[in-house]
Formats: sequence, C-alpha cells, structure tokens
Amino acid sequence: MDELLPRLPFADWIDTGVDWLVDTFGTVLDGFAEVLEGIVEGSVDLLNLVPSILLAFIFALIAGVISTRKIAFFSLIGLLFIDYLGYWYPMLQMLTLVLTSVIFALVIGIPIGILSSQKAGVRKVVNPILDLMQTMPAFVYLIPAIFFFNIGVVPGVVASVIFAMPPTIRLTMLGIQQVPKDLIEATEAFGATTWQRLFKTQIPLAKPTIMAGVNQSIMLSLSMVVIASMVGAPGLGEEVYRSVTQLKTGVGVETGLSIVIVAIILDRITQYAGNRKKKLGGNTL
Amino acid sequence: MSEEYINKKIIVKGATKIFGKSSGRAIQMLNEGKTKGEILKATGATVGVKQVSFDVNEGEIFVIMGLSGSGKSTLVRLLNRLIDPTMGQILLDGKDIVQMNKEQLRDVRRKKIGMVFQNFALFPHKTIVENTEYGLEIQGVSKKERNEKAIESLRLVGLAGYEDQYPKQLSGGMQQRVGLARALANNPDILLMDEAFSALDPLIRKDMQNELLQLHHDMKKTIIFITHDLDEALRIGDRIALMKDGEIVQIGSPEEILMSPSNEYVERFVEDVDLSKVLTAGHIMKKADTVKVDRGPRVALRLMQQLGISSIYVVDNANRLLGAVTAQDTVEAIESEKSLSDVIISDLPMVSPDTVLTELFDVVSTASIPVAVINEEQKLQGIIIRGALIGALSGDNKFINTDGTMDSTEQPITEVV
Repeated sequence: MDELLPRLPFADWIDTGVDWLVDTFGTVLDGFAEVLEGIVEGSVDLLNLVPSILLAFIFALIAGVISTRKIAFFSLIGLLFIDYLGYWYPMLQMLTLVLTSVIFALVIGIPIGILSSQKAGVRKVVNPILDLMQTMPAFVYLIPAIFFFNIGVVPGVVASVIFAMPPTIRLTMLGIQQVPKDLIEATEAFGATTWQRLFKTQIPLAKPTIMAGVNQSIMLSLSMVVIASMVGAPGLGEEVYRSVTQLKTGVGVETGLSIVIVAIILDRITQYAGNRKKKLGGNTL
Repeated sequence: MSEEYINKKIIVKGATKIFGKSSGRAIQMLNEGKTKGEILKATGATVGVKQVSFDVNEGEIFVIMGLSGSGKSTLVRLLNRLIDPTMGQILLDGKDIVQMNKEQLRDVRRKKIGMVFQNFALFPHKTIVENTEYGLEIQGVSKKERNEKAIESLRLVGLAGYEDQYPKQLSGGMQQRVGLARALANNPDILLMDEAFSALDPLIRKDMQNELLQLHHDMKKTIIFITHDLDEALRIGDRIALMKDGEIVQIGSPEEILMSPSNEYVERFVEDVDLSKVLTAGHIMKKADTVKVDRGPRVALRLMQQLGISSIYVVDNANRLLGAVTAQDTVEAIESEKSLSDVIISDLPMVSPDTVLTELFDVVSTASIPVAVINEEQKLQGIIIRGALIGALSGDNKFINTDGTMDSTEQPITEVV
C-alpha cells in the first residue's frame, strides 16, 4: 500500500496554511484580539464595580421583566448563593465570555440562517460546514485559535463562537422554512417584496424556533467555557479546570454547581422569551 | 386598446402550464395533440393547465369548477402569476401580465387583484385588523389611513368589533370573512377566490355564498371563483367553466351546463345535482289555457269541454290573472244568468317563475287545480302540473324548458282535475 499510494501530508499542508495566515494577517488579528479582549475585560471590570448583591438584584429584575417572577426569584437566590460561595468574580468573567460569544454567534449566525433559508445554493454550502463544525472535537478549534490570538480570553471566545453558532443557523433556517406555504403565497398575492415577506411574515413567525436556536447556542457556549479555560480563558471554567488538575472534589462540585445555576437562569429566560407569544394565541404555527 | 377588450376584464389565450423538466419537449408534444398521460409518460413533465382560453366580463362571477387535480387551482394562480405560465397570454384590461416585469406585476397584485385562499392564510401573529391592513401596509399606506380602510372593510363582512382578536380566536367562517376583508381592503377590481368556502361547514358556507352575492351586487367586482362543488358553482356563478385534466370542457351559464352538457364528462358531473334546488317554476311551467273574463260563461264552458278539463284560468285583457272557474260553477252561472266574474275563485295558489322546486312541493301537493305562475305584474306566465314537477325531478328533459321560460310553440298540456 505504501508504495502504491504515498501518504499525502495533509497535516503539514494545514500547518503551512495556518502559518501563512498568521504571517499574513497577524497584525490584523492581533488588533482584533486586542479590541475583543478590551471589550470583554472592560465589561467584567465595569460589572465588578457594582456591589454583588445589588447586581444580583438587577439581574433578577431583568429576568423578571423578560420572563416570570418565579424565574426572577430563582435567579436572585442562585446568584446570591454563588456570591456566598465566593465565585462572584469568576462567574462575572464566565458570564461575559458566554454572552460575548453568543452575541457574535447570533450576529453571524442569524443572517447566515436567513440567507440559507432563501437560497438553495447557499444551503448546499452551509449544511456540510455546519456538520463539520458540530462534529469536530471542540479542542481542535483551540489549537489554531492559540496561533491566531495567543492564549487568554480571545481564543476562548472564538472557539465558543464556532462551537455555539450551528444551532442558531440551523434553527433560523428551519424556522423560516417551516412558515406555511399558503402564508408565503398570500404575501406574494398581495404584492410583497422579498424583504417585506421576510421581515413582516417569515421571521416573526419563525421567532419561537429562532429563539430555541439561541437557547441552544447559549447552552453550547456555556459548555465550552471549561474547555476554553485550557487556553487560558478566565472564569468559573478555569476554577473547574484547576480543581480537576489538583483533584479537589469539593471545589469542583462548588464551581460546577455555580455553572449549573447560571446555565439554568439563562436557559429559563431564553426559553420563556421564545415561547411568550404562544400564550396570547398569536405566535403558533 | 382595441374594441375586443371593451367589457372584457380578463382574456386568457392558450394559457398552458407544464410542471417539471423537459418542458420544451412537452410543449412540442402538446402541439402535436398528445394527451396529458402520454406527455407524462414520455417526458416526465406534468401538464397542469393545457391550452386554456376564456374571457371574463367586467363585473361577473366566473366560476372555474373541476375535481381535484383538474388544474383549476393552477389556472387561477396563472391569473396573478403566483405560478408562471409556460405559454399563452393573460390579458388584464388588455395588458398581458405574462410580459410584465417584477415591479409591474407587483403593482398589479397590489392594486388590481385580491385573493382569498382555501385555508384562509391569515397571519397568526397579527390581529384581525392588522391582517386586514396587510395589503395596504406593504404598499406603504399610512397607519391611520390603512386602519380606517381595514375597519371599513371588516364592517362590510360583518366583523366589526373583532379588530383586536387573533385569527386563532375566530371560527372558520369568521376567519374566511377576514380573508375576504383583507382582499377587499385594497379595493381591487378583481377578486380571485380559490376554494374560498370549501373548508367551511355547509350551513356557514351557504351564508358566505349569500353574503358574497350581496357584496358582489353592491360592489360590482369581477370575481373568479374556484370550486369543486357543483351546487356552489350553480348558486353563485354567472358563468361556469368546467375543467378536466387541465382543459376547459365547457363554458356556459349554470343552465347551459345543466341542461345541455357538451359531453359525457359534464353529463356525469351534473347528473347528481339536486335538481329540486336548481330548477325553478319557470323551468317546468306549461302553457295555460285561459279565457278572457268578458267572453262570458258559455265560451268558458265550451273551451273546457273541448279541452276536456274541469277548470280554466280567467284573465283580463292585459293577460293579468283574475282567478279560475270550475265547470260546475260555470254551468250554474249560465243557468242563473250570472257573469263569469261572479263565480271566479280568486284565492288561487300562485308562485313566481324563479321559485325553486323545493319550495313548490308544498303548494302543488295541496292545490286542487294546477298552480299558476305569475310575474310581478300579475301576468299569467304558465301553470305547473304535478306530472311535470315529478318528470322534471327525474331529470327527464321533456319536462324542462331549457332557458327557464316557456317555449311558445309548445302544445299546451293540461291536466284534468
């Protein structure tokens, strides 16, 4: 076999390609990394200026406005508990990292989802890439991310964005495609333009499905924080990672629980935001 | 614009829709006169609508009827190009919409043609009034103006007060009223109604048909109505086009379709029609034997003897019905030197020519002499005898006047009571 088919050096090619990218776009990427790092760290510092108890109340208030009182109450108790355990600052770091990643994932993912729902050609390209993004072990993203952005919060954000984006794209696409054909026909019969059809009918009707995608993206992004800590991303994940390497079960459980609490809060709020309109008898398909 | 187009709102010439690939070869086969089945087998392309030509007059209700798969829904979508025709011309007020570019077409859809859908196609995330505003909203009409028009439109269909509800909160019949209001809010000349009432239960459907007729009477829109229900077609259609396998088999008034089906297919289609709801007194009345009141009892008696009947209708000089006299009363009148008008029975069963047969049964079954058919001016149009009523119900054309009025050359048929 070896004589017949010489082994192609794929790994070498990829390394060379990454090196070339780093050499060529290094300065641009460094600039981007610095801006991103500044935003993330600035946000953390800003949030940290507010006393933790007050901030917990503010978060609970926001939860109450978006969702229900019950969820707001749980948020308050959960956040105060994290504060009591002494993981407030790492929690803020993690939260900022997750929210930053999710915002990027949505800003890039939703337009791609919309575009691929409209054009079969785009769909054909996007779908296999999404399969790749979702099945590739998450650790693999970290390696080039280190080359491009060094270690720290930025490669963590980048890896989280890549890992968290697919559900938003897929569910945006699905939600728009699931809008009943007769409604699309009605928009056309009344002379709607493509934009009008998209923004007045398809996207509003797809909103619950898109929100389910957002919810999934947040959860995936949360699951990335521990992995991202391996490249130096700060936060609760870092604490978990440390407890693993030092075999500290107690700390591991405490930090793990804190992550779970944040996850539940984010999950309930976004789930509720997605399903809210159903109660009015309005937004069901 | 040439003469031809005056009063013709829509003219369709050779409209054809072929679905699927290799439509080029399919067109060629179509021109060679091959059938839908042969084309499907040879090319894999489905002929949805096959060289259809017809025209629709301004202000009429034109019904396109056919069973599912006959191409009627495709045909109606060709009219506003929700489906692009493969071939043919579709002239709207003399302008071919097939040749129009996107902007022109959008303009036509926004201003000229409204559409009502089988499953209502209301936007579930919008309220009733927002749904009704939709057509105006996408035209960029101001919030205030479109709200006013939408509320007016909802009032027309009897839904005032439901503005802020959501479609899910309304019954099927009410949802379709919203669909109708939404189409009317744009004030289009033409309404396309694709099986608009088919999803409704029979009683609601009948109400909607009546209201559509009323609206049509008030607003004079040109309506293209698609249905698979012959009763519905007969009820609301000014003219009906019957479709089969993508072709129009017959176009005509409801009566032409019923009374002279152009081929076996149409005949089979119409044979199950409940004739008692379609045929009217005008269809089955026969010429009446009458006597003028000033001719006197002797002439009347003599006429009755000649014709072998026991009673006869009495009219004045303007052929207005005064009543009837029986042979027995006439004999008494002669004996006691009375005039005809003294023995007239004026309390007679009378109906108008457009009374449908279902409403006639009761009158005819209790009447002792043939039922008189009179018009608004009290003029005698004819009479209805039991035998003709039963004969007509059995579908026997011998008993049916094809154009709903009586053939003047026909021999009078009378009944001995």
